[in-house]
Amino acid sequence: MMKKFLIYFTAVMVVIWFLTPVLLIIMASLTPADDYYNPHRIFPTKLTLEHLYKLFFVLDGWKATLVSIEVAAISIGISFLIGLPAGYAMTRYVFPGKNAIKLMILLTRSIPLIVIAVPLVVVYLRLNLNDTVLGVALAHTSMILPFVVLITSSIFSGISVEYEEAGMIFGMTRFKAFLRITLPLALPGLAASAIFAFIMSWNEVFVASILTLTNRTLPAHVLNTAMTSPDYFKFAVGTIMAIPAMVFIFFTKKYLISMWGISLK
Amino acid sequence: MSENRRVALLLILPTILYLLVFIGYPLVSTFIMAFSSDEGFLGNFRQLMSNKDFWDALKNTVLLTAVIVPIQLVLAIGLALFINSRFRGYSFILYVAAIPLALSDVTAALMSYTIFAPGGYLNKILINLGLIQRPMYFFGFMYKTREFWIIALTEIWRATPLVFVIILAGLQSINKEYLEAAEVFGFSSWRRFFKITLPLLKPSIMSALLIRTLFAFQIFGVAWLLAGRDIPVLAGETYYWYTQMNNPNVASSYALIIALVTLIISYFYLFGLRSKHLEEGVRA
Repeated sequence: MMKKFLIYFTAVMVVIWFLTPVLLIIMASLTPADDYYNPHRIFPTKLTLEHLYKLFFVLDGWKATLVSIEVAAISIGISFLIGLPAGYAMTRYVFPGKNAIKLMILLTRSIPLIVIAVPLVVVYLRLNLNDTVLGVALAHTSMILPFVVLITSSIFSGISVEYEEAGMIFGMTRFKAFLRITLPLALPGLAASAIFAFIMSWNEVFVASILTLTNRTLPAHVLNTAMTSPDYFKFAVGTIMAIPAMVFIFFTKKYLISMWGISLK
Repeated sequence: MSENRRVALLLILPTILYLLVFIGYPLVSTFIMAFSSDEGFLGNFRQLMSNKDFWDALKNTVLLTAVIVPIQLVLAIGLALFINSRFRGYSFILYVAAIPLALSDVTAALMSYTIFAPGGYLNKILINLGLIQRPMYFFGFMYKTREFWIIALTEIWRATPLVFVIILAGLQSINKEYLEAAEVFGFSSWRRFFKITLPLLKPSIMSALLIRTLFAFQIFGVAWLLAGRDIPVLAGETYYWYTQMNNPNVASSYALIIALVTLIISYFYLFGLRSKHLEEGVRA
Protein backbone atom coordinates (compact mmCIF):
# COMPACT_ATOMS: atom_id res chain seq x y z
CA MET A 1 0.00 0.00 0.00
CA MET A 2 2.73 2.39 1.07
CA LYS A 3 4.79 1.37 -1.93
CA LYS A 4 1.91 1.91 -4.31
CA PHE A 5 1.31 5.35 -2.88
CA LEU A 6 4.98 6.23 -3.31
CA ILE A 7 4.97 5.11 -6.93
CA TYR A 8 1.94 7.20 -7.78
CA PHE A 9 3.24 10.15 -5.84
CA THR A 10 6.53 10.04 -7.76
CA ALA A 11 4.68 9.56 -11.05
CA VAL A 12 2.56 12.63 -10.37
CA MET A 13 5.64 14.67 -9.46
CA VAL A 14 7.37 13.64 -12.68
CA VAL A 15 4.34 14.57 -14.75
CA ILE A 16 4.05 17.93 -13.00
CA TRP A 17 7.75 18.67 -13.49
CA PHE A 18 7.72 17.92 -17.20
CA LEU A 19 4.25 19.08 -18.16
CA THR A 20 3.80 22.30 -16.19
CA PRO A 21 5.99 24.52 -18.40
CA VAL A 22 4.38 23.13 -21.53
CA LEU A 23 0.83 23.63 -20.29
CA LEU A 24 1.62 27.07 -18.90
CA ILE A 25 2.99 28.37 -22.16
CA ILE A 26 0.00 27.04 -24.07
CA MET A 27 -2.34 28.66 -21.57
CA ALA A 28 -0.36 31.91 -21.67
CA SER A 29 -0.54 32.03 -25.45
CA LEU A 30 -4.35 31.84 -25.24
CA THR A 31 -4.71 34.40 -22.44
CA PRO A 32 -6.04 37.88 -23.37
CA ALA A 33 -3.48 40.63 -22.73
CA ASP A 34 -5.50 42.28 -19.90
CA ASP A 35 -5.70 39.02 -18.01
CA TYR A 36 -2.04 38.32 -18.50
CA TYR A 37 -0.94 41.71 -17.22
CA ASN A 38 -3.21 41.52 -14.21
CA PRO A 39 -0.93 40.09 -11.51
CA HIS A 40 -3.88 38.90 -9.45
CA ARG A 41 -5.26 36.74 -12.19
CA ILE A 42 -3.66 33.37 -12.72
CA PHE A 43 -6.23 31.69 -14.90
CA PRO A 44 -7.67 33.66 -17.83
CA THR A 45 -11.34 34.66 -17.79
CA LYS A 46 -11.63 33.66 -21.41
CA LEU A 47 -9.38 32.18 -24.08
CA THR A 48 -8.39 33.98 -27.24
CA LEU A 49 -6.64 33.10 -30.48
CA GLU A 50 -5.72 36.73 -31.01
CA HIS A 51 -2.00 36.38 -30.26
CA LEU A 52 -1.57 33.33 -32.43
CA TYR A 53 -3.47 35.07 -35.19
CA LYS A 54 -1.36 38.21 -34.95
CA LEU A 55 1.85 36.24 -34.78
CA PHE A 56 0.97 34.37 -37.93
CA PHE A 57 -0.50 37.13 -40.03
CA VAL A 58 0.95 40.39 -38.71
CA LEU A 59 4.39 39.42 -37.47
CA ASP A 60 5.33 37.16 -40.38
CA GLY A 61 5.13 34.01 -38.28
CA TRP A 62 3.33 32.30 -41.09
CA LYS A 63 6.17 32.93 -43.50
CA ALA A 64 8.77 31.78 -40.96
CA THR A 65 6.80 28.61 -40.30
CA LEU A 66 6.66 27.88 -44.01
CA VAL A 67 10.40 28.50 -44.33
CA SER A 68 11.00 26.12 -41.42
CA ILE A 69 8.93 23.43 -43.07
CA GLU A 70 10.59 23.94 -46.46
CA VAL A 71 14.07 23.81 -44.92
CA ALA A 72 13.24 20.62 -43.04
CA ALA A 73 11.64 18.99 -46.09
CA ILE A 74 14.57 19.78 -48.38
CA SER A 75 17.19 18.63 -45.92
CA ILE A 76 15.31 15.42 -45.14
CA GLY A 77 14.93 14.81 -48.87
CA ILE A 78 18.61 15.28 -49.65
CA SER A 79 19.74 13.38 -46.55
CA PHE A 80 17.68 10.33 -47.39
CA LEU A 81 18.49 10.48 -51.07
CA ILE A 82 22.21 10.22 -50.50
CA GLY A 83 22.32 8.90 -46.92
CA LEU A 84 20.08 5.87 -47.35
CA PRO A 85 22.27 4.18 -50.00
CA ALA A 86 25.29 4.86 -47.81
CA GLY A 87 23.56 3.37 -44.77
CA TYR A 88 22.64 0.33 -46.84
CA ALA A 89 26.22 -0.10 -48.03
CA MET A 90 27.50 0.22 -44.48
CA THR A 91 25.51 -2.84 -43.34
CA ARG A 92 25.36 -5.03 -46.42
CA TYR A 93 28.85 -4.71 -47.85
CA VAL A 94 32.33 -5.39 -46.64
CA PHE A 95 34.90 -3.06 -48.11
CA PRO A 96 38.24 -1.58 -47.16
CA GLY A 97 38.10 1.61 -45.15
CA LYS A 98 34.61 0.87 -43.84
CA ASN A 99 35.56 1.48 -40.24
CA ALA A 100 37.42 4.64 -41.11
CA ILE A 101 34.36 5.95 -42.95
CA LYS A 102 32.09 5.03 -40.09
CA LEU A 103 34.40 6.81 -37.68
CA MET A 104 34.48 9.85 -39.90
CA ILE A 105 30.69 9.97 -40.02
CA LEU A 106 30.50 9.61 -36.23
CA LEU A 107 33.01 12.39 -35.84
CA THR A 108 31.07 14.77 -38.05
CA ARG A 109 28.17 14.29 -35.67
CA SER A 110 30.23 15.75 -32.89
CA ILE A 111 31.43 18.79 -34.79
CA PRO A 112 29.19 21.61 -33.66
CA LEU A 113 27.31 23.32 -36.46
CA ILE A 114 28.45 26.55 -34.87
CA VAL A 115 31.92 25.85 -36.23
CA ILE A 116 30.89 25.49 -39.85
CA ALA A 117 28.29 28.24 -39.94
CA VAL A 118 30.58 31.23 -40.37
CA PRO A 119 32.62 29.97 -43.35
CA LEU A 120 29.43 28.75 -45.00
CA VAL A 121 28.33 32.35 -45.28
CA VAL A 122 31.45 33.12 -47.32
CA VAL A 123 30.80 30.18 -49.61
CA TYR A 124 27.15 31.06 -49.94
CA LEU A 125 27.87 34.66 -50.85
CA ARG A 126 29.88 33.37 -53.78
CA LEU A 127 27.19 30.90 -54.82
CA ASN A 128 24.32 33.34 -54.30
CA LEU A 129 22.90 31.02 -51.67
CA ASN A 130 23.06 33.51 -48.83
CA ASP A 131 19.74 34.24 -47.21
CA THR A 132 18.00 31.48 -49.16
CA VAL A 133 15.90 28.56 -48.01
CA LEU A 134 18.13 26.18 -49.95
CA GLY A 135 21.23 27.52 -48.22
CA VAL A 136 19.88 26.78 -44.74
CA ALA A 137 18.59 23.42 -45.94
CA LEU A 138 22.04 22.47 -47.25
CA ALA A 139 23.59 23.38 -43.90
CA HIS A 140 20.97 21.41 -42.00
CA THR A 141 21.62 18.49 -44.31
CA SER A 142 25.18 18.35 -43.07
CA MET A 143 23.74 17.85 -39.58
CA ILE A 144 21.03 15.38 -40.62
CA LEU A 145 22.94 13.34 -43.18
CA PRO A 146 25.34 11.60 -40.75
CA PHE A 147 22.37 10.78 -38.52
CA VAL A 148 20.52 9.28 -41.48
CA VAL A 149 23.50 7.17 -42.52
CA LEU A 150 23.93 5.77 -39.01
CA ILE A 151 20.27 5.20 -38.38
CA THR A 152 19.45 3.60 -41.74
CA SER A 153 22.49 1.41 -41.39
CA SER A 154 21.20 0.13 -38.08
CA ILE A 155 17.65 -0.27 -39.38
CA PHE A 156 18.88 -2.35 -42.31
CA SER A 157 21.09 -4.44 -40.07
CA GLY A 158 17.94 -5.36 -38.17
CA ILE A 159 16.43 -6.83 -41.33
CA SER A 160 17.94 -10.17 -42.20
CA VAL A 161 19.93 -10.21 -45.41
CA GLU A 162 18.45 -13.63 -46.11
CA TYR A 163 15.13 -12.17 -47.25
CA GLU A 164 16.95 -10.23 -49.92
CA GLU A 165 19.00 -13.23 -50.91
CA ALA A 166 15.85 -15.30 -51.24
CA GLY A 167 14.46 -12.67 -53.59
CA MET A 168 17.66 -12.75 -55.61
CA ILE A 169 17.46 -16.53 -55.93
CA PHE A 170 14.08 -16.03 -57.51
CA GLY A 171 15.66 -13.83 -60.12
CA MET A 172 15.37 -10.34 -58.67
CA THR A 173 18.29 -7.99 -59.06
CA ARG A 174 19.79 -6.75 -55.82
CA PHE A 175 18.22 -3.35 -56.37
CA LYS A 176 14.82 -4.84 -56.98
CA ALA A 177 15.16 -7.12 -53.97
CA PHE A 178 15.98 -4.07 -51.87
CA LEU A 179 13.06 -2.12 -53.27
CA ARG A 180 10.52 -4.92 -52.94
CA ILE A 181 11.64 -6.62 -49.77
CA THR A 182 13.95 -4.65 -47.50
CA LEU A 183 12.53 -1.19 -48.06
CA PRO A 184 8.92 -2.07 -47.11
CA LEU A 185 10.18 -3.82 -43.99
CA ALA A 186 12.31 -0.82 -43.09
CA LEU A 187 9.58 1.71 -43.75
CA PRO A 188 8.27 2.26 -40.18
CA GLY A 189 11.80 2.80 -38.89
CA LEU A 190 12.61 5.09 -41.77
CA ALA A 191 9.48 7.11 -41.17
CA ALA A 192 10.41 7.51 -37.52
CA SER A 193 13.89 8.65 -38.42
CA ALA A 194 12.49 11.15 -40.91
CA ILE A 195 10.40 12.56 -38.09
CA PHE A 196 13.46 12.84 -35.91
CA ALA A 197 15.31 14.54 -38.72
CA PHE A 198 12.41 16.95 -39.03
CA ILE A 199 12.65 17.84 -35.36
CA MET A 200 16.40 18.38 -35.62
CA SER A 201 15.94 20.86 -38.42
CA TRP A 202 12.80 22.45 -36.95
CA ASN A 203 14.69 23.16 -33.73
CA GLU A 204 18.04 24.31 -35.07
CA VAL A 205 18.52 28.01 -34.50
CA PHE A 206 22.17 29.03 -34.66
CA VAL A 207 22.96 28.28 -38.29
CA ALA A 208 19.55 29.34 -39.47
CA SER A 209 19.95 32.77 -37.95
CA ILE A 210 23.51 33.27 -39.17
CA LEU A 211 22.77 32.24 -42.75
CA THR A 212 19.65 34.30 -43.28
CA LEU A 213 18.29 37.80 -42.87
CA THR A 214 14.89 37.79 -44.50
CA ASN A 215 14.21 34.10 -45.04
CA ARG A 216 14.34 33.20 -41.38
CA THR A 217 13.11 29.92 -40.00
CA LEU A 218 10.72 30.12 -37.08
CA PRO A 219 13.29 29.74 -34.27
CA ALA A 220 15.68 32.16 -36.01
CA HIS A 221 12.83 34.63 -36.41
CA VAL A 222 12.07 34.29 -32.72
CA LEU A 223 15.65 34.68 -31.64
CA ASN A 224 15.92 37.96 -33.46
CA THR A 225 12.52 39.53 -32.97
CA ALA A 226 10.60 37.83 -30.19
CA MET A 227 12.47 39.26 -27.26
CA THR A 228 11.61 42.78 -28.31
CA SER A 229 7.91 42.02 -28.83
CA PRO A 230 5.31 41.83 -26.04
CA ASP A 231 5.34 38.80 -23.76
CA TYR A 232 2.22 37.15 -25.10
CA PHE A 233 3.79 36.87 -28.55
CA LYS A 234 6.70 34.99 -27.05
CA PHE A 235 4.24 32.53 -25.58
CA ALA A 236 2.45 32.21 -28.89
CA VAL A 237 5.76 31.41 -30.59
CA GLY A 238 6.69 28.90 -27.91
CA THR A 239 3.35 27.18 -28.35
CA ILE A 240 3.70 26.97 -32.11
CA MET A 241 7.22 25.60 -31.78
CA ALA A 242 6.26 23.05 -29.15
CA ILE A 243 3.12 21.49 -30.55
CA PRO A 244 4.48 19.85 -33.73
CA ALA A 245 7.46 18.55 -31.81
CA MET A 246 5.21 16.96 -29.18
CA VAL A 247 2.91 15.42 -31.75
CA PHE A 248 5.84 13.97 -33.63
CA ILE A 249 7.42 12.48 -30.59
CA PHE A 250 4.09 10.85 -29.81
CA PHE A 251 4.16 9.05 -33.14
CA THR A 252 7.71 7.87 -32.70
CA LYS A 253 7.24 6.69 -29.11
CA LYS A 254 8.21 3.16 -30.02
CA TYR A 255 11.57 4.24 -31.38
CA LEU A 256 12.30 6.82 -28.74
CA ILE A 257 15.09 5.15 -26.87
CA SER A 258 17.07 3.61 -29.68
CA MET A 259 16.72 6.64 -31.90
CA TRP A 260 18.00 9.15 -29.41
CA GLY A 261 20.89 6.90 -28.60
CA ILE A 262 21.95 7.25 -32.20
CA SER A 263 21.10 10.87 -32.77
CA LEU A 264 23.29 11.75 -29.77
CA LYS A 265 21.09 14.69 -29.04
CA MET B 1 34.06 -9.25 -54.57
CA SER B 2 35.66 -6.32 -56.34
CA GLU B 3 32.32 -5.74 -58.08
CA ASN B 4 30.69 -5.55 -54.66
CA ARG B 5 33.38 -3.21 -53.46
CA ARG B 6 32.74 -0.87 -56.35
CA VAL B 7 29.01 -0.85 -55.71
CA ALA B 8 29.53 -0.16 -52.01
CA LEU B 9 31.89 2.72 -52.66
CA LEU B 10 29.53 4.11 -55.25
CA LEU B 11 26.70 4.06 -52.72
CA ILE B 12 28.78 5.81 -50.10
CA LEU B 13 30.54 8.30 -52.34
CA PRO B 14 27.75 10.94 -52.42
CA THR B 15 27.64 11.06 -48.63
CA ILE B 16 31.40 11.43 -48.36
CA LEU B 17 31.51 14.13 -50.98
CA TYR B 18 28.69 16.01 -49.30
CA LEU B 19 30.35 15.86 -45.91
CA LEU B 20 33.66 16.97 -47.40
CA VAL B 21 32.06 19.99 -49.05
CA PHE B 22 29.71 21.01 -46.26
CA ILE B 23 31.68 20.01 -43.17
CA GLY B 24 35.27 19.40 -44.23
CA TYR B 25 35.72 22.54 -46.26
CA PRO B 26 34.03 24.92 -43.78
CA LEU B 27 36.02 23.34 -40.99
CA VAL B 28 39.27 24.08 -42.78
CA SER B 29 38.08 27.61 -43.55
CA THR B 30 37.29 28.16 -39.90
CA PHE B 31 40.87 27.25 -39.10
CA ILE B 32 42.20 29.60 -41.74
CA MET B 33 39.93 32.45 -40.69
CA ALA B 34 40.70 31.96 -37.03
CA PHE B 35 44.42 32.13 -37.65
CA SER B 36 44.42 35.04 -40.06
CA SER B 37 44.39 38.60 -38.84
CA ASP B 38 46.28 41.85 -39.36
CA GLU B 39 48.25 41.20 -36.20
CA GLY B 40 49.76 37.95 -37.31
CA PHE B 41 49.09 34.30 -36.77
CA LEU B 42 47.57 34.41 -33.31
CA GLY B 43 46.17 37.92 -33.58
CA ASN B 44 42.52 36.91 -33.25
CA PHE B 45 43.21 34.77 -30.24
CA ARG B 46 45.22 37.54 -28.63
CA GLN B 47 42.38 39.98 -29.22
CA LEU B 48 39.90 37.46 -27.90
CA MET B 49 41.84 36.64 -24.78
CA SER B 50 42.58 40.23 -23.92
CA ASN B 51 38.84 40.72 -23.79
CA LYS B 52 37.18 40.19 -20.44
CA ASP B 53 34.10 38.80 -22.19
CA PHE B 54 36.00 35.77 -23.38
CA TRP B 55 37.04 34.77 -19.89
CA ASP B 56 33.52 35.43 -18.64
CA ALA B 57 32.10 33.32 -21.44
CA LEU B 58 34.55 30.52 -20.76
CA LYS B 59 33.87 30.71 -17.05
CA ASN B 60 30.10 30.71 -17.51
CA THR B 61 30.17 27.86 -19.99
CA VAL B 62 32.32 25.74 -17.70
CA LEU B 63 30.28 26.66 -14.62
CA LEU B 64 26.98 25.93 -16.34
CA THR B 65 28.33 22.58 -17.50
CA ALA B 66 29.60 21.80 -14.02
CA VAL B 67 26.22 22.62 -12.47
CA ILE B 68 23.98 21.10 -15.11
CA VAL B 69 25.62 17.80 -15.98
CA PRO B 70 25.90 16.19 -12.50
CA ILE B 71 22.36 17.21 -11.52
CA GLN B 72 21.03 15.84 -14.77
CA LEU B 73 22.86 12.59 -14.25
CA VAL B 74 21.42 12.03 -10.78
CA LEU B 75 17.89 12.97 -11.87
CA ALA B 76 18.16 10.82 -14.97
CA ILE B 77 19.35 7.75 -13.09
CA GLY B 78 16.53 8.16 -10.60
CA LEU B 79 13.98 8.60 -13.33
CA ALA B 80 15.31 5.65 -15.34
CA LEU B 81 15.22 3.35 -12.31
CA PHE B 82 11.71 4.55 -11.55
CA ILE B 83 10.37 3.96 -15.04
CA ASN B 84 12.24 0.71 -15.44
CA SER B 85 10.33 -0.69 -12.47
CA ARG B 86 7.45 -0.99 -14.94
CA PHE B 87 4.55 0.00 -12.75
CA ARG B 88 1.12 0.29 -14.32
CA GLY B 89 1.01 3.20 -16.71
CA TYR B 90 4.76 3.63 -16.92
CA SER B 91 4.62 4.13 -20.69
CA PHE B 92 2.63 7.33 -20.22
CA ILE B 93 5.27 8.66 -17.86
CA LEU B 94 7.90 7.66 -20.37
CA TYR B 95 6.17 9.71 -23.03
CA VAL B 96 5.77 12.72 -20.76
CA ALA B 97 9.40 12.56 -19.74
CA ALA B 98 10.42 12.40 -23.38
CA ILE B 99 8.58 15.57 -24.40
CA PRO B 100 11.49 17.95 -23.75
CA LEU B 101 13.59 15.84 -26.13
CA ALA B 102 11.60 17.23 -29.00
CA LEU B 103 11.69 20.82 -27.83
CA SER B 104 14.34 23.21 -29.01
CA ASP B 105 16.41 25.32 -26.67
CA VAL B 106 14.51 28.36 -27.91
CA THR B 107 11.18 26.80 -26.96
CA ALA B 108 12.48 25.73 -23.57
CA ALA B 109 13.75 29.25 -22.95
CA LEU B 110 10.35 30.70 -23.81
CA MET B 111 8.65 28.25 -21.46
CA SER B 112 11.01 29.21 -18.71
CA TYR B 113 10.23 32.84 -19.45
CA THR B 114 6.52 32.10 -19.08
CA ILE B 115 7.19 31.10 -15.51
CA PHE B 116 9.85 33.56 -14.43
CA ALA B 117 8.91 36.71 -16.35
CA PRO B 118 7.95 39.75 -14.22
CA GLY B 119 4.32 39.05 -15.16
CA GLY B 120 4.94 35.32 -15.26
CA TYR B 121 3.20 32.56 -13.41
CA LEU B 122 5.61 32.29 -10.50
CA ASN B 123 5.06 35.94 -9.66
CA LYS B 124 1.32 35.64 -10.17
CA ILE B 125 1.16 32.71 -7.79
CA LEU B 126 3.34 34.33 -5.14
CA ILE B 127 1.33 37.55 -5.33
CA ASN B 128 -1.95 35.66 -5.09
CA LEU B 129 -0.69 33.79 -2.07
CA GLY B 130 0.19 37.13 -0.54
CA LEU B 131 3.83 36.17 -0.17
CA ILE B 132 5.11 39.17 -2.13
CA GLN B 133 3.62 42.55 -2.95
CA ARG B 134 5.49 43.44 -6.10
CA PRO B 135 6.80 41.06 -8.77
CA MET B 136 10.25 39.61 -8.31
CA TYR B 137 12.68 40.09 -11.15
CA PHE B 138 14.70 37.22 -12.52
CA PHE B 139 15.95 38.79 -15.72
CA GLY B 140 17.96 41.86 -16.44
CA PHE B 141 21.53 42.74 -15.95
CA MET B 142 21.13 43.58 -12.27
CA TYR B 143 20.16 40.01 -11.52
CA LYS B 144 22.97 38.03 -13.10
CA THR B 145 23.08 35.36 -10.42
CA ARG B 146 19.37 34.71 -10.80
CA GLU B 147 19.73 34.62 -14.57
CA PHE B 148 22.49 32.08 -14.23
CA TRP B 149 20.35 29.76 -12.12
CA ILE B 150 17.34 30.15 -14.38
CA ILE B 151 19.49 29.18 -17.36
CA ALA B 152 20.80 26.19 -15.44
CA LEU B 153 17.30 25.16 -14.37
CA THR B 154 15.98 25.49 -17.92
CA GLU B 155 18.80 23.38 -19.31
CA ILE B 156 18.28 20.80 -16.60
CA TRP B 157 14.61 20.64 -17.46
CA ARG B 158 15.23 20.46 -21.19
CA ALA B 159 18.12 18.03 -21.41
CA THR B 160 17.66 15.63 -18.49
CA PRO B 161 15.49 13.38 -20.69
CA LEU B 162 18.42 12.98 -23.07
CA VAL B 163 20.56 11.55 -20.31
CA PHE B 164 17.55 9.61 -19.12
CA VAL B 165 16.94 7.72 -22.38
CA ILE B 166 20.57 6.70 -22.62
CA ILE B 167 20.55 5.44 -19.03
CA LEU B 168 17.22 3.70 -19.54
CA ALA B 169 18.57 1.92 -22.63
CA GLY B 170 21.54 0.83 -20.53
CA LEU B 171 19.28 -0.40 -17.72
CA GLN B 172 17.20 -2.43 -20.11
CA SER B 173 20.25 -4.19 -21.47
CA ILE B 174 21.29 -5.41 -18.02
CA ASN B 175 20.74 -9.13 -17.67
CA LYS B 176 18.02 -9.67 -15.08
CA GLU B 177 19.67 -12.91 -13.93
CA TYR B 178 22.46 -11.01 -12.20
CA LEU B 179 19.94 -9.16 -10.10
CA GLU B 180 17.98 -12.30 -9.39
CA ALA B 181 21.13 -14.10 -8.34
CA ALA B 182 21.98 -11.26 -5.99
CA GLU B 183 18.50 -11.46 -4.53
CA VAL B 184 18.95 -15.15 -3.91
CA PHE B 185 22.13 -14.36 -2.03
CA GLY B 186 20.20 -11.93 0.12
CA PHE B 187 21.54 -8.62 -1.19
CA SER B 188 19.46 -5.68 -0.05
CA SER B 189 18.06 -3.51 -2.84
CA TRP B 190 20.60 -0.79 -2.01
CA ARG B 191 23.43 -3.24 -2.31
CA ARG B 192 22.01 -4.63 -5.52
CA PHE B 193 21.99 -1.14 -6.94
CA PHE B 194 25.52 -0.22 -5.90
CA LYS B 195 27.17 -3.60 -6.51
CA ILE B 196 25.43 -4.71 -9.68
CA THR B 197 23.28 -2.15 -11.45
CA LEU B 198 25.63 0.78 -11.13
CA PRO B 199 28.81 -0.99 -12.31
CA LEU B 200 26.95 -2.52 -15.26
CA LEU B 201 25.49 0.86 -16.06
CA LYS B 202 28.87 2.52 -16.17
CA PRO B 203 29.31 2.53 -19.96
CA SER B 204 25.91 4.17 -20.43
CA ILE B 205 26.64 6.67 -17.71
CA MET B 206 29.96 7.57 -19.26
CA SER B 207 28.57 8.08 -22.73
CA ALA B 208 25.62 10.06 -21.41
CA LEU B 209 28.02 12.23 -19.44
CA LEU B 210 30.22 12.88 -22.40
CA ILE B 211 27.40 13.61 -24.80
CA ARG B 212 25.89 16.01 -22.32
CA THR B 213 29.22 17.70 -21.68
CA LEU B 214 29.65 18.03 -25.42
CA PHE B 215 26.36 19.78 -25.87
CA ALA B 216 26.64 21.78 -22.70
CA PHE B 217 29.69 23.44 -24.24
CA GLN B 218 27.54 24.49 -27.17
CA ILE B 219 24.84 26.04 -25.04
CA PHE B 220 23.38 28.98 -26.91
CA GLY B 221 19.65 29.41 -27.35
CA VAL B 222 18.64 29.30 -23.71
CA ALA B 223 21.36 31.65 -22.54
CA TRP B 224 20.95 34.05 -25.43
CA LEU B 225 17.19 34.37 -25.14
CA LEU B 226 16.99 34.56 -21.36
CA ALA B 227 20.05 36.61 -20.50
CA GLY B 228 21.44 38.02 -23.73
CA ARG B 229 25.03 38.95 -23.04
CA ASP B 230 24.53 39.36 -19.30
CA ILE B 231 25.68 35.79 -19.05
CA PRO B 232 28.06 35.44 -21.99
CA VAL B 233 28.70 31.89 -23.17
CA LEU B 234 31.12 30.69 -25.84
CA ALA B 235 28.57 29.98 -28.56
CA GLY B 236 26.75 33.21 -27.75
CA GLU B 237 29.99 35.17 -28.16
CA THR B 238 30.57 33.48 -31.52
CA TYR B 239 27.16 34.67 -32.58
CA TYR B 240 27.75 38.14 -31.18
CA TRP B 241 31.11 38.61 -32.87
CA TYR B 242 29.71 37.43 -36.12
CA THR B 243 26.36 39.20 -36.31
CA GLN B 244 26.89 42.30 -34.23
CA MET B 245 30.61 43.02 -34.52
CA ASN B 246 30.85 41.82 -38.13
CA ASN B 247 34.11 40.13 -37.35
CA PRO B 248 34.03 36.62 -38.78
CA ASN B 249 37.65 36.07 -37.83
CA VAL B 250 37.19 36.48 -34.11
CA ALA B 251 33.92 34.55 -34.42
CA SER B 252 35.90 31.75 -36.04
CA SER B 253 38.39 31.75 -33.20
CA TYR B 254 35.55 31.33 -30.75
CA ALA B 255 34.06 28.56 -32.86
CA LEU B 256 37.44 26.89 -33.00
CA ILE B 257 37.79 26.92 -29.25
CA ILE B 258 34.37 25.25 -28.95
CA ALA B 259 35.40 22.74 -31.61
CA LEU B 260 38.64 22.01 -29.81
CA VAL B 261 36.89 21.25 -26.55
CA THR B 262 34.32 19.17 -28.40
CA LEU B 263 36.97 17.19 -30.21
CA ILE B 264 38.83 16.45 -27.02
CA ILE B 265 35.62 15.26 -25.38
CA SER B 266 34.54 13.17 -28.36
CA TYR B 267 38.01 11.69 -28.59
CA PHE B 268 37.45 10.17 -25.19
CA TYR B 269 34.00 9.20 -26.24
CA LEU B 270 35.05 7.37 -29.39
CA PHE B 271 38.26 5.76 -28.28
CA GLY B 272 37.83 5.46 -24.57
CA LEU B 273 34.35 4.03 -24.57
CA ARG B 274 33.20 2.67 -27.93
CA SER B 275 29.63 3.28 -26.88
CA LYS B 276 27.49 0.22 -27.19
CA HIS B 277 24.17 1.86 -27.84
CA LEU B 278 25.44 3.22 -31.13
CA GLU B 279 25.76 -0.26 -32.50
CA GLU B 280 22.51 -1.54 -31.14
CA GLY B 281 20.23 0.23 -33.50
CA VAL B 282 16.51 0.34 -33.59
CA ARG B 283 15.80 -3.11 -32.29
CA ALA B 284 15.41 -2.16 -28.67
